[in-house]
Amino acid sequence: MLRVHDRGGWPEAGPIDRDEHDLSMWERRTDALMRVLRSKNYMQVDEMRRAIEGIELSRYEQLTYYERWAEAMEVLMIEKGVLTQDEIDRKVAELDAKTG
Amino acid sequence: METKFQPGDQVRIRVDAPPHHIRTPAYVQGKTGRIERIHGAYRNPESLAHGGDGLPKTVLYLVRLDQTHIWDHYAPSQDTLLIDIYEHWLEATEGCAS
Amino acid sequence: MHDHDHDHDAHVSIEDGRDMRESEKRVRAMQALLIEKGIITADEIRRQEEVLDAVNPAMGAQVVARAWVDTAFKSRLLADAKSAVEELGFEADQMTTLVAIENTETIHNVVVCTLCSCYPRALLGLPPAWYKSLEYRSRVVVDPRGVLREFGLELDPDIEVRVYDSTADMRYLVVPERPPGTEGMGEAELAELVTRDSMIGVTKAQTPVTP
Repeated sequence: MLRVHDRGGWPEAGPIDRDEHDLSMWERRTDALMRVLRSKNYMQVDEMRRAIEGIELSRYEQLTYYERWAEAMEVLMIEKGVLTQDEIDRKVAELDAKTG
Repeated sequence: METKFQPGDQVRIRVDAPPHHIRTPAYVQGKTGRIERIHGAYRNPESLAHGGDGLPKTVLYLVRLDQTHIWDHYAPSQDTLLIDIYEHWLEATEGCAS
Repeated sequence: MHDHDHDHDAHVSIEDGRDMRESEKRVRAMQALLIEKGIITADEIRRQEEVLDAVNPAMGAQVVARAWVDTAFKSRLLADAKSAVEELGFEADQMTTLVAIENTETIHNVVVCTLCSCYPRALLGLPPAWYKSLEYRSRVVVDPRGVLREFGLELDPDIEVRVYDSTADMRYLVVPERPPGTEGMGEAELAELVTRDSMIGVTKAQTPVTP
């Protein structure tokens, strides 16, 4: 059974990219948002990991670290009925229209 | 605290592929090692990950394994891998931990 | 300015005229909705960002430097890291358990989370991207000496290399060896030699530069 996140000893792992840069604003925002939601018990860390583990393999490998968390957050917010897919989609479109 | 294992006990990490979230990596499943430390009792993440309350708490151990036992072609022989494993993933063994 | 009957700060994150990846747009949307619904406030987010900024590896370095000069403190640190760091005024994370592990002449420890990115954030701040990378997570368990070599550390074959895979609630902090030539140095000076990477275990602490 393939678990996309279970990486110990995976073959063909290449050199480690040691480039370091500060988190972008949205990454900081995502990190902070997750912590706030966790502190208010809207999401639990094991649930977040489980949601990330559900991401399909090639997508898991292409998304950046915070993009995976963003995906997990959305899955859980919808799963728990806090937000709906529809209202998120509509808000994305609304904010897109505002900033062009 | 009552624990199934004590430091020094030889244990085998079970092989299993349940459909739910687990925290036992594939690379140590089926491998044998020794209990290094008892961390204490913690809520079970396999339940927490799916909306459960994680109870009853399950004992968490630090298990030490020989790298030469886990991987083919590993050297040198004294290197080790230490990993936190929950009690229900461990079984007692008299076999060779190398 | 229009009057709004919801938190005006729902719009504080809008950045004009820039290409955003999809994930960023979705987080922006979720944040706005959560604020509109009164589930979170922009203040709460700002405060968490401040917490992010406040924690950095200098805190872990202070703990290590104290352990180097005070052997009784080091014993306490190795036995119960949470209580020990509180002596220095640091707060260990409440949701995880901090564990200090000591490098010696014969044992070199290095830490990873192969399953995700567990890291002792309470004392080191945010983990570097490489720690969270698929390459590090894959390789350090099967070839730790090769990975250490990539970081510039060649270890004697007689040393025991111990890889800790943080799969549960423990958060491991490596106490690197005190470098030679540091006798008589004060704690603050010593702390400057303790790098973040040495507390993960991919390097040793720095040796002092002799003028």
